[in-house]
Amino acid sequence: MKVLVPVKRVVDYNVKIRVKADNTGVDLANVKMSMNPFDEISVEEAIRLKEAGKATEVVVVSIGPAQAAETIRTALAMGADRGILIKTDEEVQPLAVAKLLKGVVDEEQPGLVIVGKQAIDDDSNQTGQMLSALLGWGQATFASKVVIGDGSAEVTREVDGGLETLSLKLPAIVTSDLRLNEPRYASLPNIMKAKKKPLAEKAPADYGVDIAPRLKTLKVEEPPKRSAGIKVPDVATLVEKLKTEAGVL
Amino acid sequence: MAIDPETRAQFIETLDRFVRERLRPAEARVAEEDAVPAEILAEMRDLGLYGLSIPEEYGGLGLAMSDEIEVMFTFCKTSPAFRSAFGTNVGIGAQGLIIDGTEDQKAKYLPKLATGELTSSFCLTEPDAGSDAASLKTSARRDGDAYVLNGTKRYITNAPTAGLFTVMARTDAANRGAGGISAFVVEAGTPGIRIGKPEKKMGQQGAKIADVIFEDARVPAENLIGGVEGKGFKTAMKVLDRGRLHISSVCVGVALRLLEDSIAYATDRKQFGQRIADFQLVQAMLADCRTEIYAAQCMVRDAAARFDAGETVSTDAACCKYFASEMVGRVADRAVQIFGGAGYVADYGIERFYRDVRIFRIYEGTSQIQQMVIARSLTR
Repeated sequence: MKVLVPVKRVVDYNVKIRVKADNTGVDLANVKMSMNPFDEISVEEAIRLKEAGKATEVVVVSIGPAQAAETIRTALAMGADRGILIKTDEEVQPLAVAKLLKGVVDEEQPGLVIVGKQAIDDDSNQTGQMLSALLGWGQATFASKVVIGDGSAEVTREVDGGLETLSLKLPAIVTSDLRLNEPRYASLPNIMKAKKKPLAEKAPADYGVDIAPRLKTLKVEEPPKRSAGIKVPDVATLVEKLKTEAGVL
Repeated sequence: MAIDPETRAQFIETLDRFVRERLRPAEARVAEEDAVPAEILAEMRDLGLYGLSIPEEYGGLGLAMSDEIEVMFTFCKTSPAFRSAFGTNVGIGAQGLIIDGTEDQKAKYLPKLATGELTSSFCLTEPDAGSDAASLKTSARRDGDAYVLNGTKRYITNAPTAGLFTVMARTDAANRGAGGISAFVVEAGTPGIRIGKPEKKMGQQGAKIADVIFEDARVPAENLIGGVEGKGFKTAMKVLDRGRLHISSVCVGVALRLLEDSIAYATDRKQFGQRIADFQLVQAMLADCRTEIYAAQCMVRDAAARFDAGETVSTDAACCKYFASEMVGRVADRAVQIFGGAGYVADYGIERFYRDVRIFRIYEGTSQIQQMVIARSLTR
């Protein structure tokens, strides 16, 4: 079984982001970029499936600028087999990403697609679901455990109030949550080997997809600054204020 | 082998994350328990760190010195005890074999050192032979197809976990000087070897040092490094030459961390209604740290590049080790000063680094020995 893993190049999770002065977006100049953490978890899961003999090949795909090739190389260094870069400098919104991924799926015919549940830059949480709809495949979102059976997968999902276990027929879409696994660090020997792994370059037009944005960003703003708190003299005042001012009691 | 800049950058970025996500959170625990957790040791093995300097044909990464120091600048932004766990395999414990070992000796031991299956130690120092290493007393008497070793080696890094020792011993009792010394590669399981109790140290908890005692330990004659007697002291000096650049890069790495922590504290801590980083006297300390770190980094990079090009850099390696180790001492002292009371309190970790870095001015040649090495080369 082939496993397909889409990976997105995003602002590194350690970077304290700044909003552009004209409120059109986030300032990306000289900002460290790395693989979306949820995608890293997806790559790790796919590699583990391969190591366990459940998968035969792990293919990673990224949609973005030329530098997204570095993100693919990272996945290859972790243990993925080959990469596909769909190169574009345009903004690609979730629906367009899902359509492009459908094109890749049609070509590659994977038995399983593991998608990060969301990217930490736009937090859309839509791509996996849209891809599932476009393909007409089953989906299990927010996975914390994936067990591959004979032609099926058992996926444990993190839902409000507990865990839910689903069984779905393969091929299927799984979106990974934070606790699915802890991704490995790529060793230097594997980073060297990754350079020799194949990386194909494509363009959105190759899949016949129109990636023009359907949504328009009106404004991006910093969260409001926290105002200073107050000290209360005793518990009675606290309770009083929680009732009258905060309105939470 | 030199790696291409892209590969190096990717590896260094991976290490940077590993240090930040895995090592830094474990620093206090390592100091408390005086041990590096087994799972972290396993991760360091998987990353290939034990084999950094071991040639590729023996399963290592065979990094050029210029690459090794860059790796260390990043990896050492944490407690030096982590580096110590694999440091002997990269440096003093393995280099004797790499530089002067016979083909058979290399083929037998280097692959296991590269994977970290074996940890190695370097046994030169003795109770009565520190800076005056050539006066060492441990004897190796030829007896048939073996050498019989007797003597005590002191402050041996990684002795409690070592599977292999590079041992300097006197094969020629009549020659009291450097020419009577030979180097051996000795397996830890050899009957007649005892490891002393790990020493209680000022800093670097988690890195173990202990005595290694040889009592009629029979070592096969084929374990004489290079197969020739009387070359051991030369081997040791070659090992230390390269080691000086390695330690210099370690000092730079720790200093970078101390500066990072100092900047973070100085820009957060407020006194007199403003950040202490806005006070010129604090700024002066930060600027001095940055300047000295940069100077040491440039020195190490220059010497490493020339080492890779095949130049003899003994004097400059001594300059690097002397300057970098003294530099990190000053940086640690300023870090304590910038942190103020917090710098003296264990929770912030700064006093721990202050103790950790003190050894850099002592081991693998004290500052005074480096000064002598430098001055001698100028006046001979």
